[in-house]
Amino acid sequence: MIDASLKQLSQALAAKQISSVELTQLFLDRIERLNPTLNAFVTVDPEISLKMAAAADARIAAGTAGALTGIPIAQKDIFCAEGWRTTCGSKMLANFVSPYDATVIHKMHAEAGLVSLGKTNMDEFAMGSSNETSFFGPVRNPWDTGRVPGGSSGGSAAAVAARLAPAATGTDTGGSIRQPAALCNLTGLKPTYGVVSRYGMIAFASSLDQGGPMAASAEDCALLLNTMAGFDERDSTSLDRPREDYARDLEKPLAGLKIGLPKEFFGEGCDAEVMAAVRAAIAEYEKLGATTVEVSLPNSHLSVPAYYVIAPAEASSNLSRFDGVRYGYRAPDYGNLDDMYMKTRAQGFGAEVKRRIMIGAYVLSHGYYDAYYLQAQRIRRLIANDFVEAFKQCDVIMGPTSPSTAFKLGEKAADPVQMYLSDIYTIAVNLAGLPGMSVPCGFAGGLPVGLQLIGNYFAEAQLLNVAHRYQQATDWHRRRPEGVA
Amino acid sequence: MNQWEVVIGIETHAQLATVSKIFSGAATAFGAEPNTQACAVDLALPGVLPVLNRKAVDCAIRFGLAIGAEVAQKSVFARKNYFYPDLPKGYQISQMDLPVVVGGHIALQIGQGDKAYEKLVRLTRAHLEEDAGKSLHEDFHGKSGIDLNRAGTPLLEIVSEPDMRSSEEAVAYAKALHALVRWIGICDGNMQEGSFRCDANVSVRPKGQAEFGTRREIKNLNSFRFLKEAIDYEVQWQINEIEEGRKIQQATVLFDPDTGETRMMRSKEDAHDYRYFPDPDLLPLVISADWIARVKGELPELPGQMRERFINDLGLSAYDATALTASQEMAAYFESTVAVAGKANAKPCANWVMVDLAARLNKEGRELADSPVSTAQLAGLIQRIADNTISNNIAKKVFEALWNGEGATADQVIDKQGLKQITDTGAIEALVDEVLAANAGNVAEFRAGKEKAFNALVGQVMKAAKGKANPQQVNDLLRKKLAG
Repeated sequence: MIDASLKQLSQALAAKQISSVELTQLFLDRIERLNPTLNAFVTVDPEISLKMAAAADARIAAGTAGALTGIPIAQKDIFCAEGWRTTCGSKMLANFVSPYDATVIHKMHAEAGLVSLGKTNMDEFAMGSSNETSFFGPVRNPWDTGRVPGGSSGGSAAAVAARLAPAATGTDTGGSIRQPAALCNLTGLKPTYGVVSRYGMIAFASSLDQGGPMAASAEDCALLLNTMAGFDERDSTSLDRPREDYARDLEKPLAGLKIGLPKEFFGEGCDAEVMAAVRAAIAEYEKLGATTVEVSLPNSHLSVPAYYVIAPAEASSNLSRFDGVRYGYRAPDYGNLDDMYMKTRAQGFGAEVKRRIMIGAYVLSHGYYDAYYLQAQRIRRLIANDFVEAFKQCDVIMGPTSPSTAFKLGEKAADPVQMYLSDIYTIAVNLAGLPGMSVPCGFAGGLPVGLQLIGNYFAEAQLLNVAHRYQQATDWHRRRPEGVA
Repeated sequence: MNQWEVVIGIETHAQLATVSKIFSGAATAFGAEPNTQACAVDLALPGVLPVLNRKAVDCAIRFGLAIGAEVAQKSVFARKNYFYPDLPKGYQISQMDLPVVVGGHIALQIGQGDKAYEKLVRLTRAHLEEDAGKSLHEDFHGKSGIDLNRAGTPLLEIVSEPDMRSSEEAVAYAKALHALVRWIGICDGNMQEGSFRCDANVSVRPKGQAEFGTRREIKNLNSFRFLKEAIDYEVQWQINEIEEGRKIQQATVLFDPDTGETRMMRSKEDAHDYRYFPDPDLLPLVISADWIARVKGELPELPGQMRERFINDLGLSAYDATALTASQEMAAYFESTVAVAGKANAKPCANWVMVDLAARLNKEGRELADSPVSTAQLAGLIQRIADNTISNNIAKKVFEALWNGEGATADQVIDKQGLKQITDTGAIEALVDEVLAANAGNVAEFRAGKEKAFNALVGQVMKAAKGKANPQQVNDLLRKKLAG
């Protein structure tokens, strides 16, 4: 049962082969057993989870259940959930219990009847690519516990990879769903900006943040996205579009699919074994009837620098509310008001968060704004235009998700720039606001490799189709790490 | 003082009269228990997002149309970043580079009588923003309390050009703006509650100098009197500084109403770097031509338009027309009086409303809305003056009687108190003859060339008639008899 797909779980629940309470308990037991090693969850509350499961069982019995009612899921600790401690991986919010539900949580709990197993560990305020910046300690990769799971949604990735949960939510600002999915052998989807409501999702960089599913397969992701997506009047950047069934095109044949291969993604800077796995995956697609065409994203080398201006700028302002006045951490001893602010923020934030706040404040300050922030916005437009041009020649773009497999704990922690380069292939997608996925496509040195799929705006259903057909033909996504059974 | 010219620009924060806040659904009503009107968005809980209240945009459009400004097709909300305990997000959502209203002007009528003149003050811009909460520094055992009820209340910040040249002009501008925002229903104008507050940018320069002097900004003036006192003090202070050889440093100052002085709050060096940037949580505000047309259709006749109509249709002077359109209540009272009294009586209607009625209301500290004399009653009174039933002097008596509720109409009072004017020539002639016979001395003085004596004789006749004789007839008859 722990390896079952969401569809299989749904059928088992409907057929009363298992109750939601039993299923939930099954996963809670695994969390209890394996989480001390992995540190994937920062908060687990069996009492609440089992209560939700019992309510789901009642819905199933009453015949009012939806497709995912009663299925347990892990929530990235960036989503506010009423009655749950919501920390965002920070000491600043280590004691914060949310009085309200994020829209995504509301949709999952109140509408879909999913059962939350707990809140997953993450890089502090989603700033990181290894999950090492969390106040609650690093998450370990189930494929090799000496290695990082990726970040920032590393807790969600490790939880699903080790089957502590059948699926999880993640958020992706510069690759935070796709990169950990790649490093943990999961399927993860970052939707088009505006498809999933950001209300209640603690903001890192508002113009880039987007929530999405992380699961074992494209089919699971499609079912989860069906519950997560949709217009929300409480998020002004949410897009008012007709509801769609993201699973509708899963089985569509791929004959005639045109795959664009950006030459910039196939040059230097990527591990050779990773590249070999990616090329093998593309060859598999050709067998499935797709053709490839070389495309160019000439400004993609500017995506990391532009991102590290825009994201910190927005973050420096978004994180101003954590001031010790109304909630969250406040320094125990302080003199005047300024001293309270300084001590609270100096003690409450970790080093990486402080680094980004300082970068952000700097690029927005008087005299530097034009040279940094405005210039970065111009680059952002150029990058988006590159994709528009590329999509004139192809249906989807493919390449590696990450230039390397999971690296060792501490390996890049001392070198921020090396760390930032782990997102070199994913960041442009956020800057352009496009949907992107990572799909398991093989192994290098025994560690998972992810294939990145990038679609045109609102092409989620197509991306899921492209990923699903590949998963019908391959079994990479079904491989499980040893030692966490 | 004479060789100095004063330059003043004013920034006004008008609280918009919307039911809910500018970026959340919480109520905006004044005076509730602290923190009972602050929702998750106002408290800036982690993860919350702002959603623009379109009613606040309606208000901005109304204002833009009322001052003949351009309503921007596209404007952008920006974050103004600074830390303060009553600013929950650590930034205020405002507008910076692209405000919703650009340009426009307000016409002022300044001074009275011969010294009266008109002035056009240009506006730079008006933009939408949210208010902060309030810090409460009393009754918390040495700590400060924070009330976030006001946080997120919509404000329209209205910025004038530095077009004013005296505190009198500044006050006239503030009053005209105050009347206008109430007229178009976008602000209740309650200055005590902080719904309408002004910052004055003040500088001085030698007369004839083209460039401006260095300005200091006086913050948060919440009465017209404080505005005037603060500017007057500041101007004198700046002149003294310069005359004593010191330079004015750009600064923000506060006015202390108790001492009547301004004191420095922060210098230019201490000025914040607000690190403005477009708020990524809000899309640019796009205002369609249809939206503007809809709001235009809902606008009442504006004071400027009404003023022109009073001058052109009713033949009022520019001064009267401006005074009558200083508030919507006064204009409405006047219009409904004229509607009964007739257009031909517009001028006396204007006088009665602006002078007699205003003085009487003022004496009792009452508002026009609770005047005991209705527009119909006043119109009836004015009609009786016009048709010579009563004189102006008797009319004042009738007015007082109406004020005191001694009759339902002017006619009733006139009848009941026998105030009808005597217009029968025979009767008046008899009284004139009587007075001439009894006052030989006055008659002799008049004939000796003393005009004063004539007035004494008129007074005697009016006294004999108990004030009811038609004054014109009395005059004419006396002249005729004395000439004969």
